[in-house]
Amino acid sequence: MSVDKQHLLQFLLRQGDNTLVLGHRVSEWCGHSPILEEDIALANTALDLIGQTQMWLGYAAEVQGEGKSADDLAFLRDAWDFRNVLLTELPNGDFGRTLLRQFLFDAFQSVLMGRLMQSSDETVAAIAAKASKEVAYHVERSADTVVGLGDGTEESHRRMQEALEYLWPYVGEMFASDETDAAMAAAGIAPDPASLREEYDALISKVLTDATLDIPAATYAHKGGRTGYMHTEHLGHLLTSMQWLQRAYPGCEW
Amino acid sequence: MYAQLIKTARSGIKSREEMSEQEREFQDKIDNDIKIEPRDWMPDDYRRTLIRQMGQHAHSEVVGQLPEGNWITRAPTLERKAILLAKVQDEAGHGLYLYSAAETLGESRDELVRLLHEGRMKYSSIFNYPTLNWADIGAVGWLVDGAAIVNQVALQRTSYGPYSRAMIRICKEESFHARQGYHAIMNMAFGTPEQKRQAQSAVDRLWFPAIMMFGPTDADSTNSDQSMAWKIKVKSNDELRQQFVDQTVPQIEYLGLDLPDAGIKWNEERGHYDFSDPDWSEFFDVIKGNGPCNVDRLKDRVAAWDDGEWVRDGLMAHAQKKAAAKVAAE
Repeated sequence: MSVDKQHLLQFLLRQGDNTLVLGHRVSEWCGHSPILEEDIALANTALDLIGQTQMWLGYAAEVQGEGKSADDLAFLRDAWDFRNVLLTELPNGDFGRTLLRQFLFDAFQSVLMGRLMQSSDETVAAIAAKASKEVAYHVERSADTVVGLGDGTEESHRRMQEALEYLWPYVGEMFASDETDAAMAAAGIAPDPASLREEYDALISKVLTDATLDIPAATYAHKGGRTGYMHTEHLGHLLTSMQWLQRAYPGCEW
Repeated sequence: MYAQLIKTARSGIKSREEMSEQEREFQDKIDNDIKIEPRDWMPDDYRRTLIRQMGQHAHSEVVGQLPEGNWITRAPTLERKAILLAKVQDEAGHGLYLYSAAETLGESRDELVRLLHEGRMKYSSIFNYPTLNWADIGAVGWLVDGAAIVNQVALQRTSYGPYSRAMIRICKEESFHARQGYHAIMNMAFGTPEQKRQAQSAVDRLWFPAIMMFGPTDADSTNSDQSMAWKIKVKSNDELRQQFVDQTVPQIEYLGLDLPDAGIKWNEERGHYDFSDPDWSEFFDVIKGNGPCNVDRLKDRVAAWDDGEWVRDGLMAHAQKKAAAKVAAE
């Protein structure tokens, strides 16, 4: 199988940056959750996401072939080199928005990982197989919470509907396709994201209906994260915290 | 540990003659190392003292997430971030076991949390100190969890069954944390001069707060006698503190760091290290609420609880709707 190395690298960075940036956001909740069980669950989710990041970025560094490590990629690239979708870098907002963002992402991952397990690239398939077990319970938990809060009290319903209005314009980017996606699909490494939309919509509309939430009619989708062309203003601040030690004290063993 | 200055809920120990028959049977069990279980008869003061101690211990695990959480987003490598996340998750889990153990004595978690938030229950003084550089995170694992282990290994033999079993489980995880903490600070101490400076700063700032974790000196620890007689406590504050100092000094020396106390010196005659007393007025200030982080720590916990009210209410309302629908369907 021959595939353009740059495309494969882009694809792997997209995977690893999604989990890295979302893992960072989720970890910001530590010690501040509504109840102790949620502190445990959020730390656990963040931990899984960071673990997946180590695998995706580890492979990305190997494909890149410049002698870099997953840590170099995580801590020493600037915002424009990040390839995560905008959804993952949005600020947490309240607990409801955090869990709804998690659900919208988990649902995407659950569809994607199932396909990636069939990847023609053995390493991609192996990472997806490992991640899929975690993704399966992430989506179960985030879906349950979204339903519980959407169909809870008047206040929780209102907050969840507001969160959905805020997050919805960021969903479409996950299904955008470009020449990297075409190259991955042609090589049998990954599906064209656009081809996952139907299955995704079926999954989320069931959950959002159970949650008594209305999916916004607007179809406009923000974009610019997965290409790196235009991230939100939030990413720079996130990286400022995340990368600070590595930038302030370069070349150390930690 | 994470429980210090627990006021035992009575004054003076009863002599055998003063005890009722129930009390004598209870004390016999304790003296024969038979664990007390939730359904067993126990003196009210034993129950109250245990609730205070386990509650304070649980609160400490929960509040302890904050100084560590302070560095999760800034951890320097993916592996260190993962280790820290796993540790904090463990601590929150310890909080859960301990609240559950306290519930076996008839005190709900919500009630204990309410008392904490109203300032009527405490958590360990150590979590009122800030984590200021990355080496502090290593030091928290090594010194703070290390001190906790010394106390908790002793508490595995505590007389109340659920507490003792929780300690056995917790100790396994704490040992892991202490090793990981030491490894992190080793990398700093053996790293660049700037890293070593951070490690030294962490040890200098956290040493005295860590040895304060064992509580006041035995001479000033007025609540200990009854707790010892009931085997709620099994070793005195000073014994535990000495054990911690003895095991930790060689570890500091191995790191090549300066000792944080000029009074630390091997005493051949005693077979122990001598060391200086911490500034006990600082300890009592921190306990009273005047530590560097008391106000912010409690404010953060109260805000988390208050901001989360709609979440708890929403999920509860949904659970009730589901239960009602299930009943209707049957």
